[in-house]
Amino acid sequence: MTGTGSRQGNSRPGDSKKLVVVGNGMAACRLLEELLRLAPDLYQITVVGEEPFAGYNRVMLSPLLGGHTDEPGITTHSHRWYREQGIRLITGSPVTAIDRHRRRVITAAGHVLPYDRLLLATGSAPRALPVDGAGLQGVVSFRDLYDVRRLLALPPSRIVVVGGGFLGLEAAEALLGHGHSVTLVHSRGHLLNQQLDAAAGTRLQQDLEGRGLRFVMQARTAGLRDNGRGQVTAVCLDDGRELAADLVVQAVGIVPRTALASQAGLTVGQGIRVDDTLQTFDPAIYAVGECIEHRQRTFGLVAPLYEQAAVCASHLAELGHRRYLHTDTPTRLKIAGIDVYSCGRFDGEGDILTLQLPGGYRRLRLCDNRLMGMVLYGDVSDALFYETLWRQGRDLSEWRQCLLLGEAFCQPAEHSEKDQEELAA
Amino acid sequence: MSVCTTCPYCGVGCGINTDGERLSGDNAHPANAGRLCVKGSSVLETLGDQDRLLEPEIQGRTVSWEKALGEVADRFRRVIDQHGPDAVAFYVSGQLLTEDYYVANKLMKGYIGSANIDTNSRLCMSSAVVAHKRAFGEDVVPGCYDDLELADLVILTGSNTAWAHPIVYQRIAAAKAERPAMKVVVIDPRRTATCDLADLHLAINPGQDVTLFNALLGWLADNNGLDDDYIRDHTEGLEQALAQAGQGHRHAGKLAAQLGLSRQDLDSFFHWFRDTPRTVTVFSQGINQSRNGSDQGNAIINAHLATGRVGKPGASPFSITGQPNAMGGREVGGLANQLAVHLDIENPDHRQAVQTFWQSPTLADHAGLNAVDLFRAVESGQVKAVWIMATNPVDSLPEADRVRHALMACDTVVVSDCVASGDTLACADIKLPALGWGEKSGMVTNSERCMSRQRAFVPAPGLARPDWWIITQVARRMGFARGFEYQHEQEIFAEYAALTAEAVRFGKRLDLTAAAGLSADQYERWLPARWPLQGADRCFADGRFSTASGRARFVPCAPPPSVETRAEFPLLLNSGRIRDQWHTMTRTGRAGRLFAHLSEPFAALHPNDIQRFRLCDGGFVRLTSRVGDALVRVRADAGQQPGTAFMPMHWTDQFSRRARVDALVPARLDPHSGQPAFKHTPVNVSDWQPRWHGWLFTAVTPPAVEYWARVPVDAFVQAGQVQRYRLAGDADLTQQQLQEWLPDAAQWLHLDDPGQGHFRRAAMDSHGRLLAWLAIGPDLPNCDVEWLADCFAMDASPPPLALLAGQPADAGPDLGAVVCSCFQVREKTIEAAIEEGADSAEAIGRCCQAGTNCGSCVPELKALLARGETAMLASTAE
Repeated sequence: MTGTGSRQGNSRPGDSKKLVVVGNGMAACRLLEELLRLAPDLYQITVVGEEPFAGYNRVMLSPLLGGHTDEPGITTHSHRWYREQGIRLITGSPVTAIDRHRRRVITAAGHVLPYDRLLLATGSAPRALPVDGAGLQGVVSFRDLYDVRRLLALPPSRIVVVGGGFLGLEAAEALLGHGHSVTLVHSRGHLLNQQLDAAAGTRLQQDLEGRGLRFVMQARTAGLRDNGRGQVTAVCLDDGRELAADLVVQAVGIVPRTALASQAGLTVGQGIRVDDTLQTFDPAIYAVGECIEHRQRTFGLVAPLYEQAAVCASHLAELGHRRYLHTDTPTRLKIAGIDVYSCGRFDGEGDILTLQLPGGYRRLRLCDNRLMGMVLYGDVSDALFYETLWRQGRDLSEWRQCLLLGEAFCQPAEHSEKDQEELAA
Repeated sequence: MSVCTTCPYCGVGCGINTDGERLSGDNAHPANAGRLCVKGSSVLETLGDQDRLLEPEIQGRTVSWEKALGEVADRFRRVIDQHGPDAVAFYVSGQLLTEDYYVANKLMKGYIGSANIDTNSRLCMSSAVVAHKRAFGEDVVPGCYDDLELADLVILTGSNTAWAHPIVYQRIAAAKAERPAMKVVVIDPRRTATCDLADLHLAINPGQDVTLFNALLGWLADNNGLDDDYIRDHTEGLEQALAQAGQGHRHAGKLAAQLGLSRQDLDSFFHWFRDTPRTVTVFSQGINQSRNGSDQGNAIINAHLATGRVGKPGASPFSITGQPNAMGGREVGGLANQLAVHLDIENPDHRQAVQTFWQSPTLADHAGLNAVDLFRAVESGQVKAVWIMATNPVDSLPEADRVRHALMACDTVVVSDCVASGDTLACADIKLPALGWGEKSGMVTNSERCMSRQRAFVPAPGLARPDWWIITQVARRMGFARGFEYQHEQEIFAEYAALTAEAVRFGKRLDLTAAAGLSADQYERWLPARWPLQGADRCFADGRFSTASGRARFVPCAPPPSVETRAEFPLLLNSGRIRDQWHTMTRTGRAGRLFAHLSEPFAALHPNDIQRFRLCDGGFVRLTSRVGDALVRVRADAGQQPGTAFMPMHWTDQFSRRARVDALVPARLDPHSGQPAFKHTPVNVSDWQPRWHGWLFTAVTPPAVEYWARVPVDAFVQAGQVQRYRLAGDADLTQQQLQEWLPDAAQWLHLDDPGQGHFRRAAMDSHGRLLAWLAIGPDLPNCDVEWLADCFAMDASPPPLALLAGQPADAGPDLGAVVCSCFQVREKTIEAAIEEGADSAEAIGRCCQAGTNCGSCVPELKALLARGETAMLASTAE
């Protein structure tokens, strides 16, 4: 049980080590929870958040933009929660430097925060379009509460969303709901090309087109045109077409925020490099979340972040024996109310099994009757069933005929072998 | 309005009461006294307008009756004028009513002047006709059904009575239950359902019936078994018959070996026969459909004459017919070698009498072509125009493929039928829509000479007309207005009854003169009655027969021709009926229920033969004979004699790809009756292992694959009645091909596993109603075909996964709505976690993962927690 209200104030400050957490996103909040559960009194904790908000669920920004919830509804950790946990929360003031020698961090507002352990959870920044005009007015991202507030305040507009990944689709669909005219530009042949196969991506496109979203596929953004007063007016595509736009949402990926770590002399590749315990080059400094690089890999989905938070918390709690080993985490997404699930390698050699229903699609890839990867679209009710089979790596020959139909139809052999061979049917 | 009518199926001729909604056996009918078999009791399910021929057609184009009748009359007239009357032919059916038969016969023999009218009764009854005529001087069944109950010994030979004549079987079974001393002997190479009743089953070698009954006759003579007084007073020719019968019975061991019986069984049979004065011998197609069918019939009759057991209560030979009105056809003269009313075409006096009665311009003076020869003559071009009524020779004649080719090449093929599609109809140039059972009205005669009315209780569909009307309309247009001016079937019947006065004049038993003057009202109120209408229930009881001498004749019966097994064709194939189907399924094939017993065409073999020929029970077998081939399922049947196979006669190209048994049967005819031998066809068998199997539900045409067999489903879609196809094939399938087998649809469900060759499809209309369903796999795809059939009758389809599975999901417990969509955790699971002590969203997550991914459902988890607390408080308060 998480000890809600179990810690009272700054108890025995002299006995406690100091933990400073830079960043107040989902990874940081999850880590705090895990840590408080494991070692409620070990640290005196300070959290420095760049945004002026307490903890909120970034995944819920889309429903918020879509008008399905409100800001209190997506707040996961209120100011009061930090107070009750005895955590000092500094918001609206980014950390400007890490002084590793003295083990302290300095914020823009001039806070000097000593630490015994430092956790970097600086997250990521939206990648800017690598074209001229990316800095024009009306070229925005969809990353934080500020972005959502700005988009919610928009008068009816022509909006171009660049990027057919998860974030771009969420933004486009939510904006469509506010009556904007929305066109999504994607450089690949199908949407969510990281997570879905072409069939599922195409279905998603059709489903969203049915709601009024327009798509321009296999088109790269060559530039952004302005009105001469610094305001964007059109998106220029590399095939020469121009899409008129009052607002451009760039959703072409994220970049780990590593500047602070770099300045501090930590090893940084694509992200802040960490080992399997989430420790950086400096043994006093840990890092989790979208800002890290672990075994040549960076992260953008919430599930591995939570796993990292749990492993890291165990080490901070000095109970450390766990290692973070990335496993192919299934991708679970909900795009504008449509469930999408993918897992493993769904492309490649072997047998491809597909199921197409009016409301759903399934693709399973088998090698030697073992499940190697899958894509589920629409109806994901059997995701856990397939995931289990995938993790077990078991031979599925006896279920081959019913596998696509899901758990309810994959009964143990003695029940499923109905003898249909009778002449008398 | 409720009517009393007669069942359209077998020759038992049961009475039925029905109002079109409900149906029951007629308690007052002498044949069945209220009983009905499964076919009879489901006959209402076979009615309906689907797949009915509703309008006349010429070369596939719908035309008016005026045009169609004119065209038929013109074509026949032209052929007759150019090539003579023998260049045209009618091929009619035991499905016709007596009135239909009468006018068809009158037109062909008395007005066209040819005897080229034959009937499908040729295929089942003509050997019995010959046997009766040779022995009694007239085609008369001496006994009646009551005799089966009065007998102390009932011998059933060449008859799977339990399936083919269920009510007769039930009457025997009931009598035996009442009088256990009554004995039943079944003579059949195959152990059939009928044998359940038998005290003695003589599993005789195929084709040995004459040997058996000849031996019986010889044994009776040697063992004081003859009725010398009767033989002396009422018969002639015993010596020749005994001489022909020979001394086989004296070498019991050799005889038993030849027959394939034990000496003990043979001995029992001989003794029982000798010692049981009240003996009835029932014989049917197993006797008639042989190359020596006539002799087989006479061998049986000989034994009865020798013991004086003809036409006596509980003692008679008893030929039992296959069709509802085979007897009526025989009465009026519907066979090519008959004239009319049991009179002979070769007899000038008989011809004179009939022509005078008919006042006809001409009269055929020689026998016409029997069924097999008739279609041979079509093949050779000697017959240039043929009119087929209510029968399906492309399926039912031997060398059936050859018949089809002959018809395809024939200039004028007219088919009158009540159904829209059939293998014979496919060859028709002109199609004439006839009334079906329940719509038509007339007289039928069953196996015991009992004449009953078929009565109409539903209106004629479309432009369908009675057969007699169609025939007489064509006759009028051929220039024979005067002989065919009937307004009502009763006028035809009255004329026929009057004509029997000529039969009586020539000493025949066929006497309907009492009905000659009957009024329309009397005809309408007709109660079942046996002919002779003025006389006893049985014929020849007084020992006076219809021969010139008044004596019955013993007929020397030839030993059977040796059975022609060759290494090339090592098995002997018999064909026959199954319990729930009738003929070529044009009627029973409309009721799904009647396929519940046996749903696919099959060849039954003894398990040893299945091993020997490396077949697989339930697998597929290709049968080949000298003339054709078939592809059906294998069915192990220990009741089958090793070395023999059995195929049902019912499946046509309308119901399976290649299961027409008569395509295998060479045309070998009984020399006396011209009846083809459908039994004992030498065949070879080979295993066929398809690369894929499948199920297909659709209302559109079956795909052209190596094997299919269909069963109707009790549901309709726009394209018609849904059919369930079992499929199997050898060729690789592409997804595109599968799509071509299916109708256009608004919505589709697809399952594709090309690596395994497993594909499923469900097609639905825009309202979600199922239109078609398909599953193909390397093995027969699992599904619940009954459940799927039900799905077609529903307004909304079941959930898509179940639909593709072809079976309902195993209904697990209802876990409520999905709360956490990431992990698909449902309400009840979360409540269980709360009950077990989870007191926060995080705790719930640790229990069941809910809320641990995107966290969107955490507010709902909290709400569930609050609800749980309230419930807990409430229970504590109590």
